[in-house]
Amino acid sequence: MDRMLTIHVFRYNPQDPDSTPHMQSYYIDETESMTLFIVLNRIREEQDPSLQFDFCCRAGICGQCAMVINGRPNLACKTKTKDLPSQITLLPLPFFKLIGDLSVDTGTWFREMNTRVESWIHTQKEFDPAAEEERMDNDTAEKIYELDRCVECGCCLAACGTARMREDFLGAAALNRIARFVLDPRDQRQEKDFFEIIGNDQGIFGCMGLLGCEDVCPKNLPLQDQLGYLRRKMGIYALKNLRSTKKTC
Amino acid sequence: MVETIYTDLLCLGAGLAGERVAIEAAGAGFDVICLSIVHSKRSHSSAAQGGMQAALGNSVMGEGDSPDIHFQDTVKGSDWGCDQEVARIFVDTAPIVMRELAYWGVPWNRVVGGKGSYYKGGQKFEKVEDAAKEGLITSRNFGGTAKWRTCYTSDGTGHAVLYTMDNRATQMGVKVHDRIEAIAMIHDGETCQGVVARCLRTGKLRVYLAKATLVATGGYGRIYKNTTNAVICEGGGQSIALDTGLVPLGNMEAIQFHPTGIVPTDILVTEGCRGDGGTLLDKNEDRFMPQYEPEKAELASRDVVSRRMIEHIRKGFGVKNSYGDDNLWLDIRHLGEAHIRTKLREVDEICQNFLGIDPLHQLIPVRPTHHYSMGGVRTNKDGAAYGLKGLFAAGEAACWDLHGFNRLGGNSLAETVVAGKIIGGKVVEYLKGASATFNTAIVDGFIKKEQARISALIHGSGKENVFELRTMMQDALMAGVGIFRNEKDLEKAVRTIQEVQERAKNIGLKSNGLGANPELGLALKLPGMVRLAQCVAYGALQRRESRGCHAREDYPARNDRDWLTRTLATWDEGADLPTLNYEAATPTFELPPGERGYGGGKIISADESEA
Ligand SMILES: Cc1cc2nc3c(=O)[nH]c(=O)nc-3n(C[C@H](O)[C@H](O)[C@H](O)COP(=O)(O)OP(=O)(O)OC[C@H]3O[C@@H](n4cnc5c(N)ncnc54)[C@H](O)[C@@H]3O)c2cc1C
Ligand code: SF4
Ligand code: SF4
Ligand code: FES
Repeated sequence: MDRMLTIHVFRYNPQDPDSTPHMQSYYIDETESMTLFIVLNRIREEQDPSLQFDFCCRAGICGQCAMVINGRPNLACKTKTKDLPSQITLLPLPFFKLIGDLSVDTGTWFREMNTRVESWIHTQKEFDPAAEEERMDNDTAEKIYELDRCVECGCCLAACGTARMREDFLGAAALNRIARFVLDPRDQRQEKDFFEIIGNDQGIFGCMGLLGCEDVCPKNLPLQDQLGYLRRKMGIYALKNLRSTKKTC
Repeated sequence: MVETIYTDLLCLGAGLAGERVAIEAAGAGFDVICLSIVHSKRSHSSAAQGGMQAALGNSVMGEGDSPDIHFQDTVKGSDWGCDQEVARIFVDTAPIVMRELAYWGVPWNRVVGGKGSYYKGGQKFEKVEDAAKEGLITSRNFGGTAKWRTCYTSDGTGHAVLYTMDNRATQMGVKVHDRIEAIAMIHDGETCQGVVARCLRTGKLRVYLAKATLVATGGYGRIYKNTTNAVICEGGGQSIALDTGLVPLGNMEAIQFHPTGIVPTDILVTEGCRGDGGTLLDKNEDRFMPQYEPEKAELASRDVVSRRMIEHIRKGFGVKNSYGDDNLWLDIRHLGEAHIRTKLREVDEICQNFLGIDPLHQLIPVRPTHHYSMGGVRTNKDGAAYGLKGLFAAGEAACWDLHGFNRLGGNSLAETVVAGKIIGGKVVEYLKGASATFNTAIVDGFIKKEQARISALIHGSGKENVFELRTMMQDALMAGVGIFRNEKDLEKAVRTIQEVQERAKNIGLKSNGLGANPELGLALKLPGMVRLAQCVAYGALQRRESRGCHAREDYPARNDRDWLTRTLATWDEGADLPTLNYEAATPTFELPPGERGYGGGKIISADESEA
């Protein structure tokens, strides 16, 4: 454990007129079980209290601490220094609005995304407090939870070629969210409703299928399967729909 | 110019409690804004793993369960410190709330009919689930309960429920302003009118004025050095309520230590590990809990298990680790691959990521660590805070008082949503009768005060280092107000915290304080955190008995004659200690004080005359 780590950090405080974007290096001695959570907090407390970065749960659960670590988007809190070389470069996630240094505004983007895809159960049924809950097969519940595990960290968008080119792209996180509701028998939305949201170039047809997203997803969500599934489903819907419009004219 | 935003209901916090109240008010047509330090879906509720208790009684091991049994478990768990009226409302409402969550979209695990197996104390048993219950919400075992009652989604219950709740809030038109931190409460001595807040994107101040304000800011574990809590759990809501000098905080000395934080990071592994059959082992890899607690073993209440672990370590059975202290082992190996990789997958990930071990083959190093705050903003059973009109509180930030001196695992997550529903209804009633008149002079006074604090920190001549002071406070609590407490150590903690409070008047920034500067953020918060820490330490010093988590080595008996009470702490401006008052723990006794059935310990009954 006697490595000296060099941490190169992107610095820029948009609220400070004297600040310009630049890289700054810090030196820190490595300790046992060290994570980037420990590294960054030690830098802030011991060397530079102005350094901006985001952590919340520090347990890989909340999705607050995504950043680009030696070129790869990941959650900083669960990244161990022993898995990295002694030169570590930290950049804020691209695609999201920069707040300062390593801190970016994922919250605003995800809130808008949730509104755009109407990320909730659509049903005509009323809740009856006196009634037994509607039954569900445990396997179905587990399949839904599998996709529900997304932590809205933004890594998939940071790694996505399409997102880099068009900022209105919904990205793997939103498409995965749709797949979650497609699976859910409680949601009464039909194919056409989902098609309206993602059957376009901002949605599933914008996806190039190169799977940068699945490679970086820290929760190992099965994004490839979901994107493939939606592409087929929406593709078939488009075809059918095309045929039926032809018939009527 | 300071931006001013008006709304009907202002929720400080967008975790489960804040959003559940918000949904109720939005549903009644009111304008609602939730403030949050982080994106709402990252609120600390998302980190809850194990589950939430409700007496649905669907699983075979929960058969025969009822709100009455849930009530008894909760009151015993609280060591008779809870408000029994509140506990009754809670247990009766919890099943409805779980079903409502199912209706909103939570993917609860469900009953699978037929033969299966489970583990208890390391041994395998058979069970047969009723085929007629197939597909209903199932439950797992948790500590201190007579039945399997904890509803769950794998070990990501908090995440799954918060995502559903936040989605529902969005659907209902609740507005969330994230990266906004409340730093002062605006009031005229009678009514709460909103808050002064700091934007964590720009550093600018803002004012929120509201007809009703709800404190739902969660726990304040970060006043301790070692805690399972997220780094944002700093008690912002409780401390600005305390600063009014009018609103009391209840039972601040009631602090829960969880038996299984991992070493050295104190990240939690859920009680579900033990509920699902995991065991605690010592340095000889012997199971030791049955020798202390023959009946409940690993599944006694948390306060009891944590104390027994420390007792066992003190007898020399701890495992020396390279961080300079002792730990014990949590063993879940026998639960098998299928179970660990599906029902305990968050635990699996935490072990792999933070310990570099595979829990299927290796033991998990654990120690008791700070976890939960039973105390908080004292409210009546409607969630209305004492001391100011128009102010409500819910969730971990509140002392509604469901938990008394020890909360049961699974009762807190359930409380956020149950209390949220009930208090939401009461807030709506209040809003229907409320009118808004805001006195600009008063509002300006509060803004000027915060501007002056900021200016003094940036331009003043203070020399104290904010990070060092925080560490000093955290260490003082760890040393003096831990699992076992005594007068000497408590007095020392009180004195140290007084010293920190004094020195915190001279904090000087090392950085320029511009924008969303984190050093300034902490400097603004620290004095409030220190006052909370003092409420904890001083309240513990004054409570001369042992009850639940509050274990006084010098007063080992539970004293129902003198201390069947709730501490109420207020803080007068300029004081260096809180003022403590006491009220009866509960207005009525549905379950009269008695034995808990675990933990041992002597009881001085209410009928005993003074010795
Ligand atoms: C690791 C862990 C696991 C747990 N597991 C379980 C479990 O399995 N079962 C169970 O019953 N309980 C569990 N608990 C306890 C339970 O999760 C919490 O008590 C509960 O989720 C708290 O919810 P809340 O809504 O009160 O607060 P939180 O979810 O903590 O939300 C607080 C909100 O307030 C905001 N906020 C804070 N300060 C300010 C401020 N100054 N200004 C504006 N906004 C602010 C935050 O941003 C956040 O939105 C666990 C706790 C931990 C730490
Ligand atoms: S597969 Fe689609 S969503 Fe994933 S990175 Fe590529 S373009 Fe983006
Ligand atoms: S899909 Fe994966 S990478 Fe994308 S936001 Fe969700 S958790 Fe993060
Ligand atoms: S801080 Fe929560 S995931 Fe890293």
